Amino acid sequence: MTIHVENISKRFYIHHEHAPLYNTLRETLTNGVRSFFFKMRGKSPIHLHPPLEEFWALKNISFDVDPGDRVAIIGRNGAGKSTLLKILSRISPPTTGRAVIEGKVASLLEVGTGFHPELTGRENIFLNGAFLGMSKQEIKKKFDEIVEFADIEMFLDTPVKRYSSGMYVRLAFGVAAHLEPEILFIDEVLAVGDARFQKKCIGKMEEVSRHGRTILFITHNMGALSFCNKGILLEKGQHIPTQSLQECIQKYNEEILTNSQQRWQGDVGNEHLRIHSLSISPHEKTGIFCRGGQAKIEAVFKIERPIRDLVLGYLIFNKNGVNLVQYKASHEEQIPMIFDPGTYKMESLIDVSIFSEGFFRLELDMGIYDQKRITPPDVHVMFEVINNKKKFGEPENIIFPEWHSSIQKIH
Amino acid sequence: MGIRSTTPREKIVIETAASSARYWHELKEFRELIYFLSWRDILVRYKQTVIGILWAVMRPLLLMIVLTVVFGGLAKLSKQETMPYPLLVLTGLLPWQFFATTLADSVENVVKNQSLISKLYFPRLIIPMSASIVTFLDFVISLGLLSLAMLYYQFIPGVRCLLLPFFILQLFLFSFGLSLWISALTVKYRDFRYLVPFAVQFGLYITPVGFSSSIVPEKWRLIYGLNPMVGIIDGFRWSILDAPLLYWPTFCISLLITVVVFFTGLSFFRNSERNFADII
Repeated sequence: MTIHVENISKRFYIHHEHAPLYNTLRETLTNGVRSFFFKMRGKSPIHLHPPLEEFWALKNISFDVDPGDRVAIIGRNGAGKSTLLKILSRISPPTTGRAVIEGKVASLLEVGTGFHPELTGRENIFLNGAFLGMSKQEIKKKFDEIVEFADIEMFLDTPVKRYSSGMYVRLAFGVAAHLEPEILFIDEVLAVGDARFQKKCIGKMEEVSRHGRTILFITHNMGALSFCNKGILLEKGQHIPTQSLQECIQKYNEEILTNSQQRWQGDVGNEHLRIHSLSISPHEKTGIFCRGGQAKIEAVFKIERPIRDLVLGYLIFNKNGVNLVQYKASHEEQIPMIFDPGTYKMESLIDVSIFSEGFFRLELDMGIYDQKRITPPDVHVMFEVINNKKKFGEPENIIFPEWHSSIQKIH
Repeated sequence: MGIRSTTPREKIVIETAASSARYWHELKEFRELIYFLSWRDILVRYKQTVIGILWAVMRPLLLMIVLTVVFGGLAKLSKQETMPYPLLVLTGLLPWQFFATTLADSVENVVKNQSLISKLYFPRLIIPMSASIVTFLDFVISLGLLSLAMLYYQFIPGVRCLLLPFFILQLFLFSFGLSLWISALTVKYRDFRYLVPFAVQFGLYITPVGFSSSIVPEKWRLIYGLNPMVGIIDGFRWSILDAPLLYWPTFCISLLITVVVFFTGLSFFRNSERNFADII
């Protein structure tokens, strides 16, 4: 066994009310003094402390991983996936439980951790390599490969602050991809970069796994699971037992299906962009999504700070988690280069006729061009396409456009 | 690294409490990272400056001139001294600058290295360690400046200066120990970001940097000596400038506080660092 995890739990405390982001000394001192006086007067000081709520990010997680396993950790946002990897990487200690890991470990929880904008590409390769646990000798040995993989020969001696975001990500992943540990932990870092580069990264991971290394990684991209042989499904901090990777994926998709509807409302995003709602409804008054009709999609979001190169789009998945449709609003829709602060609504129409009958999931896909995705995958809505004229044996849950063909005998 | 099948497999045990024996072993394993971090900080510091490394000389030189003019000239303290006043100032300024920079950096380092702490594993002691290496390099450069100044004033130090390394070690241990306390506290209480620069500024006036501690009345010497930097600076002057031994309890108090601060700092930091990633 390479990894043995036994009953690991992790507890966090959530501050409520107007609790600040960080403890301040003043707060601790004044609370201390006030509770002291309350005790003197025989009163309970409890109500003085900001109410703390316990939150178990992980609860009694146990599993084993054998050498050479490629394990996908899947689950919705907040299921505890990243916390689990942080504990296994020894960044954060478990509240209870124990784990034993045999072999040399490297973890890649964020692309480009430790990059310094003032330093050149060359200098950052050495620095980042050292952070990820490589020795100077190893980095020297791998240096040319890394540069070639990242495709930045021309800019090796340019400070990385002048790099395009694409170059930055390529360089960062290039260093990480040339690590040679026995066990590799990867958080969802593949979500960055363009499609061609993502493919290159997945290819690299496949290559790495063929050399008998153990990989544990987090992903929302079901397409990246092709080289995995095991799955760990987390749901609200609990480990949902599954027999196989297939069952794991199926249960994950079922969970997503049962938890969603045609409208999502909330407040997620980052300091620049908050997403408030996403909805899908049939454009016609029939109230159902049927072939021949159109669906109207509405997304409401708020720009908090001016934002550049914002990409607005949608992804549509089927019930099995396969990505069927990608849409990115282009310049023809007159998307401004820089969004000023304010609340915006984006309306789109899509032809339902392209879908077969079945359940589909629409995710909002907003991010900074070539850099990062802002929307978490749980900003999504579900819709069911119904085909009134369905013929027997017609497939479900796929793209099923109408074709117009003719056959002629030409000879 | 590669896959070394010949060496025994590494075994990591993750538990709720940290094991101490393994920690020191790991610190040794990660020693290359200490050099890398120091190298990064030095590189970054001098990348954007025009006169580069000269800053390490300019800062103490300019401060020496200002303090000599203010205390020696305007306050007319130089009349009581037999030695060149700039040398008196410089021997106080060197340890003080090392101390003040170490403290200021320990606060900045926590904030600067946040993403490293929350995304990577390494013994956290590496952060204050590499920072003090960088500061120590500045100190060595300043020592060069002091030698030049001594040459200029044709001042030959006596045999006592062989004991200077002892006072340098004490300075290092005291500053490092205190920076461990402050680093660990800054992770938890961000107030220290504002408190430390203020305290350092304040400290300059209650520490004999621009003047000799001989101007403090005898009856206040013991209380004055409670500031450990007094003993250290007096020690510097005693060993370099052949200054008379003023008041020996000052040295003892200073040494005792140094030992206490260093060891409590180390244990406080070690006990807090496991949770750094959760609260930073």
